[in-house]
Amino acid sequence: MRSTGLTQLGGRIGESTPRPDGTLKVTGEFAYASDLWHEDMLWGCTLRSPYAHARIRSIDIAPALAMAGVHTVLTHADLPAATRYGLEIQDTPVLADGVVRHHGEPVALVAADHPETARRAAARIVVEYQQLPVVTDESSATAEDAPVLHPDRTDPHAAHVPHPNIVHRQPVIRGDVAAARQRAHVIVSGDYEVGMQDQAFLGPESGLAVPAEDGGVDLYIATQWLHADLRQIAPVLGLPENKVRMTLSGVGGAFGGREDLSMQAHACLLALRTGKPVKMVYNRFESFFGHVHRHPARLHYEHGADRDGRLLFVKARIVLDGGAYASSSPAVVGNAASLGIGPYEVPHVDMEALALYTNNPPCGAMRGFGAVQACFAYEAQMDKLAAELGLGPVEFRRRNAMSQGSVMPTGQLVDSPAPVAELLRRVKALPLPPPRQWETAGGAPDVRALPGGLSNTTHGEGVVRGVGYAVGIKNVGFSEGFDDYSTARVRMEVIGGEPVVTVHTAMAEVGQGGVTVHAQIARTELGVEQVTIHPADTRVGSAGSTSASRQTYVTGGAVKHACEAVREQVLALGRARFGTFHPAWGQAELLLENGKVVTDGGEVLAPIAEVLGGEAVESEREWRHRPTQPFDPHTGQGFGHVQYSFAAHRAVVEVDTELGLVKVIELACAQDVGKALNPLSVTGQIQGGTTQGLGLAVMEEIVVDPATARVRNPSFTDYLIPTILDTPAIPVDVLELADEHAPYGLRGVGEAPTLSSTPAVVAAIRQATGLALNRVPVRPEHLTGT
Amino acid sequence: MRVNLTVNGRPQQADDVWEGESLLYVLRERLGLPGSKNACEQGECGSCTVRLDGVPVCACLVAAGQAEGREVVTVEGLGEGELSAVQRAFIDAGAVQCGFCTPGLLVAADELLEHNPQPSDADIREALSGNLCRCTGYEKILDAVRLAAARRGEAG
Repeated sequence: MRSTGLTQLGGRIGESTPRPDGTLKVTGEFAYASDLWHEDMLWGCTLRSPYAHARIRSIDIAPALAMAGVHTVLTHADLPAATRYGLEIQDTPVLADGVVRHHGEPVALVAADHPETARRAAARIVVEYQQLPVVTDESSATAEDAPVLHPDRTDPHAAHVPHPNIVHRQPVIRGDVAAARQRAHVIVSGDYEVGMQDQAFLGPESGLAVPAEDGGVDLYIATQWLHADLRQIAPVLGLPENKVRMTLSGVGGAFGGREDLSMQAHACLLALRTGKPVKMVYNRFESFFGHVHRHPARLHYEHGADRDGRLLFVKARIVLDGGAYASSSPAVVGNAASLGIGPYEVPHVDMEALALYTNNPPCGAMRGFGAVQACFAYEAQMDKLAAELGLGPVEFRRRNAMSQGSVMPTGQLVDSPAPVAELLRRVKALPLPPPRQWETAGGAPDVRALPGGLSNTTHGEGVVRGVGYAVGIKNVGFSEGFDDYSTARVRMEVIGGEPVVTVHTAMAEVGQGGVTVHAQIARTELGVEQVTIHPADTRVGSAGSTSASRQTYVTGGAVKHACEAVREQVLALGRARFGTFHPAWGQAELLLENGKVVTDGGEVLAPIAEVLGGEAVESEREWRHRPTQPFDPHTGQGFGHVQYSFAAHRAVVEVDTELGLVKVIELACAQDVGKALNPLSVTGQIQGGTTQGLGLAVMEEIVVDPATARVRNPSFTDYLIPTILDTPAIPVDVLELADEHAPYGLRGVGEAPTLSSTPAVVAAIRQATGLALNRVPVRPEHLTGT
Repeated sequence: MRVNLTVNGRPQQADDVWEGESLLYVLRERLGLPGSKNACEQGECGSCTVRLDGVPVCACLVAAGQAEGREVVTVEGLGEGELSAVQRAFIDAGAVQCGFCTPGLLVAADELLEHNPQPSDADIREALSGNLCRCTGYEKILDAVRLAAARRGEAG
């Protein structure tokens, strides 16, 4: 429960400043949520459903309570207040209320003095289930006799969906597709499928809830959005929000998987019931059930182009599987529908996206959020069209690339740089890795550079190279009219003769480097060296979510705005104290630089320390990006998105065609970031996002048994994420074309590289093998036909 | 049971250890050394990598009793009052994002450089292939190990 803040010197915006938490992280001292400890603390454990759909006939907790060391057992019957929660729709039971709707749904909670005791006690709870039929895909979920998973819906989407097992449906209609189809020279169509990807952040869901004397609770937690958690937890506990005090502890990655609640309310309920601090830490097995996943999708696309290779129309349908509870499915649908034709100019569009309720695991936010699935499909379509027209993949895309001034199918004007063609040109211009790159100087193969690696399955026989390209479009920030604001409190005072700035926000630092950037902004705006980042907590206003590539834009914008207010206060103090001594104090343009008040001509008026003296100045500001609008429910028209971001990839793969093994040799990325506030962090984001896309292309999938809707591979043994051997060199070319609407001209970075990585890798495998490959992840059996 | 072991050069004793506890649990929950991480507790991710009598192991797969009388080095033991070359390089190269994989990678990289002071990229990849990282895409981890090797070389 370290609460001293992070202090560091040096580094303004545009510089590759190292992380202020870097030293703590390399020495092992950084306190992640799972590292927390408290005197007399208990360990919480969750009993989860073994079935995907079942009625609970009875629960007998007596055998668990009888165990030595067990302090309490809670079920639905013990909940003190609200029994459901949710990000957008409150449809998720805190603990199962008579029915379980997915494998792994929480049924009961145990608190005990040792984690193993808690686990064994949970295993002793006797639950009698009556299994119910499962719905697992569109046809079963919308069949006439399908069980309706949420029969009494009152959410805003309930009125317009064609079936109660559809969470939300969003059409986007532009032009006249039927007429355009008549004029098309070539038409290509395809059906595509994207498997269920997991965020697989390494720090498991964890936290520590400490009951307080005032009847409230202090929660130390790894999350993406403290205030959204608070809004959902307080009603469940039956407490006012000011009695639930939340502090961010160390977060071991997120990628969307911490946007929904996991153990937050559970730990608080156990702590309030027992009167003791309760720690909960999921293991990896439980983590696979403890958070939502990326929506698996089935997509149908039909494209038409004219003789010159210009896109005329696209007709598409995207079916996303939202699983048992809504999570952020409605917003994912909005993204899929509005971004689903890709970064291309298409005059005639007929698009429909929808998300289902099924008994599969709940799906929600993951990096790329609704734009990833579509990108795999439309980029496959682009390659098919290019081949039909006898054009290269980059040339065909160039002819259709959107740019600043283009109009989205939603009618939204793209009013900042959109260098789609330029990004493709850049990745194509990079030199290719040498052929037979596995050969060493002596000519012998280094098997580590070949498909199969140290398994020593080939020395180059049957190995074929392929090269593929892809580009994608992602929105930045929360869309569709959401009030997406952030809050920052900035304080400046003199300590030890030096002006020192403290930045306090509720921004969840999950690894992305927001704490570094906030300090860089404060140094830039206030001309100081020493900046302390206050621990993130709910004693300051909301910073919004660390998602949607938005934190540098929105909370960065709030920090900048609060710094500007502090600067005005400092200058006002200076004018009051010293204004009569120098006429320049009357100038409008005074700056704070190198610890001094200076004129825009560089003349020093006074040290900041002398201006402040013993006074501290502080300002708390909310900041908003420009407003957006909801999409029309029938046509999808509307100014829905704040900003767009673009990345392009070129993948080079080598495939052992006999065994179906793929080695990605290189995965180059070009991305426009508007302005790189921290170039080192920007590159790190691009390489990390690119690698998650590679994972989706060739290895990552949560496999759900279609007959039972049970998860088959909840472990890192069976759910594979890329290792350092699976990950190639990732050259990055960063373009900085300012967006005049954004602070410093920046463009959100985190998600765009996750989109185009996947289709680029698969395009390269297609080129190497000649196979259609309409599903990701691509598995060896898809390549060998076995 | 009681377990006696040496951790980062200091004799340590853990009492009331349940026989099923792992070395990782003893380090984190009984000896106040949470630097070794608990990302999978299945021996797949390497975040709990420590050295047991010099050999890198996943502490989650070592039963506490197996560490009786043995020498353990954790991430907390890498620097001696100041950051080691590998620790410094991870910060400078941008190899740390969320940092959850970092302790295990540092122990593994430190061991690599000890027996192979000038590793090739393929050597680095092979040595670190048991350590999962979800944030960085590994490029900056490679940069960090190259940088640490170069600095150690210069320091002679």
